[in-house]
Amino acid sequence: MFWAVTVAVSAQNSEMALIKSGSYIPLYGTDSSRVDVKSFLIDTIPVTVSEYKKFLEKNPQWQRSNIKKLFADEGYLKNWADDRDYGTLNPNEPATQVSWFAASNYCKFVGKRLPTIDEWEYVAMADQREADAREKKSYNQYILSWYEKPKVHGQPVGSTFKNYWGVYDLHGLVWEWTQDFNSIMIASESRTGGNDPNLFCSAAAVGASDLMNYAAFMRYAYRASVKGNYTNNNLGFRCAKDIE
Amino acid sequence: MKIFKYIFLSLAVLTVSCKNDAQQAEEATDIETVATTDTFPDMSIFNLPSNWTTQDGEEIELKDLQGKVVAMVMIYTSCQAACPRLVADMRNIERQIPEDKKDQVQYVFVSIDPEVDTPERLKAFAIENKMDSDEWLFLRGSEEDTREFAAVLAVSYKRITPIDFSHSNIISIFDKQGEMVHQMEGLGVDSKETIQAIIDHAG
Repeated sequence: MFWAVTVAVSAQNSEMALIKSGSYIPLYGTDSSRVDVKSFLIDTIPVTVSEYKKFLEKNPQWQRSNIKKLFADEGYLKNWADDRDYGTLNPNEPATQVSWFAASNYCKFVGKRLPTIDEWEYVAMADQREADAREKKSYNQYILSWYEKPKVHGQPVGSTFKNYWGVYDLHGLVWEWTQDFNSIMIASESRTGGNDPNLFCSAAAVGASDLMNYAAFMRYAYRASVKGNYTNNNLGFRCAKDIE
Repeated sequence: MKIFKYIFLSLAVLTVSCKNDAQQAEEATDIETVATTDTFPDMSIFNLPSNWTTQDGEEIELKDLQGKVVAMVMIYTSCQAACPRLVADMRNIERQIPEDKKDQVQYVFVSIDPEVDTPERLKAFAIENKMDSDEWLFLRGSEEDTREFAAVLAVSYKRITPIDFSHSNIISIFDKQGEMVHQMEGLGVDSKETIQAIIDHAG
C-alpha cells in the first residue's frame, strides 16, 4: 500500500516524493535514542548528469576548471570531457565525482537542500512493500550484494527498485551525500588509534550495539571517512526539501 | 570498493553532559580592519562566501580576517565538558606566542550552536573567560554556513539533546591568506607544533 504522493516541482525536472513523519532507531541506537523525522520531500531519483550540466551552465564557478580546490578535490567531474561537456557519460546516469560543497550548492540553486542523514536513512529503510524492512533478510541481502558488485557504469537513474515511498535508487546505484555527513563521531583514522575520548566532547562512548544492520554500518563508516571536498565515481546525491 | 577498509572501525555513540547557563553583557570592542583583496589561494577559507556575526554584533566575512594568522576552534558556550578545555588550550597557545608576534594573530571561536549562541551570549562568554579583547573573536553564522565551515575544517559535530552536542576537538591554524597550515587534534595535547606553526606564519 503506497502512502506516497508524488509531487511535481518546477525546479529542474526532478519529481519529489512526500515522506510522512515518523521515528526510527538509527543503526547505533537503542530505544532511548529513537529519532523523530518530520515530514519532508525528497527527489525520487538522484540528480543526473544532464541536470548537473544545466547547473554548470548557469554557475560557472562550479565548472571543473574554475572550482576552488577547497570545494572539490582533483577527481571532480574527472570523467567529463570538458567544463560543460559530459562526453561519453550517459545523460541519465547519476551525477557523481561531485563533492559535498558542489552537491550542497546544486540543491540550493534549485531551491532545495541535501537530505540529513536521518532523513536519508529513514526513507532508505523501506523496501518495495514496507516502510521499515531492515529486519528482512531480502532487504539486507539486496544491499550487500550491491556493495559487492563493481559499479555498472552508465546505469541510468530509476533502474533499481521503487520503494514504499515511491523513491528509487537509494540502494543499488550510487552512494549519496547527506547534509550532515560530518556529524558522525568515529575516530576514523589510524593516526588516532581508535576511540580516543579526547578527540570528542563526550562523557562516554559505547560501541555499536547491534551490527545486524551491517549495510547501514557501512554507510555510517563511509560518511565518517570522507571530507567535504572528496569526490568519487560511486558517490552522487539527491536533494530534499522542507514542507512549506 | 574503497569503503571496505573502513568497516572494521568501531562506531561510537557519544554522549555529553553539559548544561545551560546564560548571562548578558553590554560592552563592545571593534575588530581591526585591514586593506582587503578578493583573490585568494584555492585552498583559502576566505573563498567561503558566508557571513558571520561577532560577539559585538558586527557582520563580517571570513576574508575580513586576512593579514593575520588565525587560530580557530569550534565550540558552543553551554558546553561544560570539552569546551572549557579547548578554551584553555587556546589561551595556553596565546600565552606562548612571543610579544612581538602577538598582534599578528587572531584567535577565533566559531559556535556550532548558533541558535543559542547569540552575540550577547558570546559576549558574556568572552567576558567570563577574560577574552574580551581584540585578539579574541567569537563568531556565529547560520546553521547551514556553520555546517559548511565544519566541513572545511574536517570538524564533525552532532546535536545530541536540545542543548548538547558532541563535536571534534580540533584547533586549526590558517596563514595570513587563509590556507590551513596546521591542525591540533585532541584535548590538552602538546601544543608545541601548533605554536611553532603560528610563529612561522606570523612572519
